[in-house]
Order: sequence, then C-alpha cells, then structure tokens
Amino acid sequence: MSNFAQQQAPHRRSAVTLAWRQYRLERKLFWRNPSAAFFNLMLPLLLLLLFGAVFAGNKKYVDVIVPGIAGMGVMASTFSALAFNLTFLREQGVLKRVRGTPMPPASYLSGLLANAVTNAVIQITVVILVARFGFGVGWPKNWIELGIFLAVGVATFGALGVAFSHAIPNFDAAPAYVNAIFLPVIFISGVFYDTQTAPAFLKEIAQILPLTHLIDGLSAAMVSGKAISTQLGSLAVLLAWGAVGGVLAVRGFSWDERGN
Amino acid sequence: MPTVSSSDTAIEVIDLHKSYGETEAVAGLSFEVRRGEVFGLLGPNGAGKTTTVEILEGYRARTSGRVTVLGLDPEGRPRDLRERVGIVLQNSALYANLTVHEALSHFASLYPAPRNVDETIALVGLQGKEDGRSRTLSGGQRRRLDLALALIGDPDLVFLDEPTTGFDPQARRAAWETIRSLRSLGTTIVLTTHYLDEAQELADRVAIIKDGRVVAEGTPQDIGGATAHQARVSWTDEYGAKQEIETDMPTKLLHEITGTALAAGRELTGLKVSRPSLEDIYLDLTMEEPGDE
Repeated sequence: MSNFAQQQAPHRRSAVTLAWRQYRLERKLFWRNPSAAFFNLMLPLLLLLLFGAVFAGNKKYVDVIVPGIAGMGVMASTFSALAFNLTFLREQGVLKRVRGTPMPPASYLSGLLANAVTNAVIQITVVILVARFGFGVGWPKNWIELGIFLAVGVATFGALGVAFSHAIPNFDAAPAYVNAIFLPVIFISGVFYDTQTAPAFLKEIAQILPLTHLIDGLSAAMVSGKAISTQLGSLAVLLAWGAVGGVLAVRGFSWDERGN
Repeated sequence: MPTVSSSDTAIEVIDLHKSYGETEAVAGLSFEVRRGEVFGLLGPNGAGKTTTVEILEGYRARTSGRVTVLGLDPEGRPRDLRERVGIVLQNSALYANLTVHEALSHFASLYPAPRNVDETIALVGLQGKEDGRSRTLSGGQRRRLDLALALIGDPDLVFLDEPTTGFDPQARRAAWETIRSLRSLGTTIVLTTHYLDEAQELADRVAIIKDGRVVAEGTPQDIGGATAHQARVSWTDEYGAKQEIETDMPTKLLHEITGTALAAGRELTGLKVSRPSLEDIYLDLTMEEPGDE
C-alpha cells in the first residue's frame, strides 16, 4: 500500500474510455426503463402518424409536419430529457456519488450528452423512415445539411437543457418546468403548422426561438433541398443560443442538491 | 507521489474554519487521524460534523485552515486522492435498474487498481444478490451495496457517514463485522455516527464536536479526562433512597460501605459499580448550558 502510486499509474483509464463506459451504461439504463424509452421514442412517432393520417392527402401539410416533428424530437430527447434527468440525478445524489469517484466530470457529462444525442438520432431516423414509407415523402434531399443541422441542434438544445436544469428547484417540479417551456415552444415554433401562416406577433416570437430555426434548417435539408448557404441565418441563431446555453450550463452547474 | 506529512498520518486538520455568510459552521477545528485506525466523529446535529467531513472529502471548500488527506489537499479533488478514498454518503441513490454485479463492475472500471467484484460482494455480505437489481434490494442491502461501491476501488481511506442508520440490530452487528474486517485489512476509517455504542464498539479514537470545535478527543475509554471516568458506586439504602458516590478508589469505598452494612446486618439492595459509558460523557460534554430564557 505504501507504493500505491507505482502500481496504479499504468492502469488508469483515459478520459475518453471512461466517457465511453458511461455512455454504454446510460444506454443500458435507457433500455431498462421501458416507459421512458417508450415516451422518448414513441411520442414523436405517434404524433407523426396521427397528423400524417389526418392530412395524408395534403402533401403541403405533410411537408411541414415531417421536419417539424423531427425538430421536436431533437428538442425532446436533448433539452427536455437532460433537464429532467439532471434534476433527478442531482436530487437523488447520483451526481454527488459520481463526484466522489475518479471519474472525470467531463467524461461523465460527455457520456450523458452522447446518450441524448443517440436518442435524437434514433428519432430522426424513425421520422425519416415513416415519412418515406408511410406518407410517400422522398428521402432527405441533402444529407450533409441534415447532418450539420442535427449536430448543431443537439449541441444547442443539449446545452440549453443542462442550463435549464439549474433553474428547476426539485424533481417534483421538473415536469411542470420542462413542459412550461417545451409545449409553448413546439407550438410557436411551427412544429404543427407553417409559421408563415401564423399571426404577426407569434411569427415575431417564433423568429427568436431556436426550434423555429432548427425546423427551418431540417426542412431545407429534408424537404425543399434549399442549399445550406440559404440557411446561414438559422445556423447563426442556433449557434448563438448554443453559446449562451453552454456558458450558463457550465457556470451554474451544481453536483449537489440545492439548499445545501 | 507527494506525501507531505508523516507516513502514519492519514488526515491532518489544523485550525479549520468554514463560514457561510455570517455564520461560522466550523470554528477552528483541529484533529489528526492516524493510518489504519477507525476514527469516530461525534457531535449533535448542526455541530459542524457534516461540513468537516465534506471538506475532507473534497465536496466543499474551506474558509481557512490547513487540511491534508493522505498527504494531499482535498480541495479541488485531485484524481490521485479520489482513487484512494472511498465515500459512503448518507443518502445517495443507486442505479435502480442495474444489478449489484453490474453496478460494482462499472464503478470498478473507474479505479486504477480495483478490488475484485466478487470479493467485494462477499466482504459486505451480499452473496446471492449479485444478479438482483438495486430496486429489488431491501434497505439494509442497499446500504451494503453503498458500502461495496465505496470499497470497490480498494481505498486506503474510507468515509462512513451514519453507516447503520435504519438497520435492525442484527444488520448492525453484521455491518460492524464488515468494518472490523476492513480495519484488519489496514484501511483507515472515518466514521460519523449518532450511535455512541457504535463508536464505543468500533472506534480506536473519537473526537466530539460541538459548535464547530473539538471539545474532546481520545480513545472511547479515556475521552473527557480522568474525572469523567470516575467509578460510580450506587445502592439503595435502608430508607429506600438511591445513593450514588463517584470515586477514584472504588475498592476502598466498597470495602467501607459493605463493611458497615455487614456490621449492621443489612443487605445493600441494587449495589452496583459502574463506569460512565461514552454516551454519558458525550451527553455531559454536549449538553446545552441552561438557557437565559
């Protein structure tokens, strides 16, 4: 025990390996909680099927709803899930336990984020497949553009989710807090309708919200095929939100329950 | 590896202060924990125990004072230290949907030289529960898994915060056995507890904290000084009144009273010689002075 240092150094795992191990653990836990897995994956699918079925003949509407649901899926699996989970993990003392182990904080949080990103990717894939084979929407027009908006979208909403978890006082309040943001945002941002047809004041609010711009970008990539050069404004708004979210996420982060 | 203080010191705390705004939770606390001993931290709620332990664990920053844990400063939580310290928190959830074996394997992978998983399961007495998910474990079994998670990294030093709260007497005995076997493996243990019999049973030395200061430190047998450990001889006299005398020389005193009683042909009902337990001394030391209301 006296020369502990000599025996331990070679076996210390890298931060990347530990992030990977945390990611694998989160995936395992995700699938072992069927109700959460169902809610996370099936809700967007269900909404897509419902709206799709109602407006099946109306190609113009289907073209709006597909990128809309895809954008909602990204927000649900990153922003909502992270705000919710972090509040739970903090209140339950899991974060504090992890903090007491040699796990580097960055590895731990990377594992959590990667888990959320995986869910976002699964959701987008499901949406694309259902749109293609259920409603006859073509394959996405521009895969690279899709990849870029997906990457920026998960980063932005992930950061905002972590930041927002700092504002939630306790786990009992988490559903109310998360939905108080999530529900108005998905309605105003045009998940279910074209924002161009909305009243002027809603249109103006929508122009500020990041989800509107994510949906615009996804719409360009998946439906209209407009080049990314026409979407730089949307990209800029998303990145601005992401930057603010990132700063708030890091600055406000607490491993311990509040009130201690 | 930097080892600043002498090799037989596990923890050194000198003049530790911690303030939250106006209030001073820890007000000039000093003590030392030697390697390989079980050290008990006792004190009423709000005495500053938890704050002190959380400073030692690296969860909190101190206001001032000197703190070394295994030769390192815990502030900033150096990874070298986290690899050698195990922590059992008072309330901390487990991953409900992981099995005992999975949880231990995961946490083992975070340490450079972990204990064997099955060996750890045996050490805390969770054999037969390896494949049970945490949510199916009883309260006592969860606390044992908690302990196992703190031991999986094969730490040199373990912090146990109220390790047997909520245990039935049998489970407590079992936990005490685990703590004793840890001690015999050379692990240093810092134990915070409300149960004074637990401290008396397990601790090599204890410190009693009150109002953010150490009011007494020593072995459970000697703590509080010689006068605190005077023998008490008590009996019921011929009028039915309870008598009690504290003395340094119980043999001489007993000889005198039993002699008198014999000569008078009386029986001394309820004759008892006792020494104050750690609990009596603790209560003496931490009792609030009569208030001014």
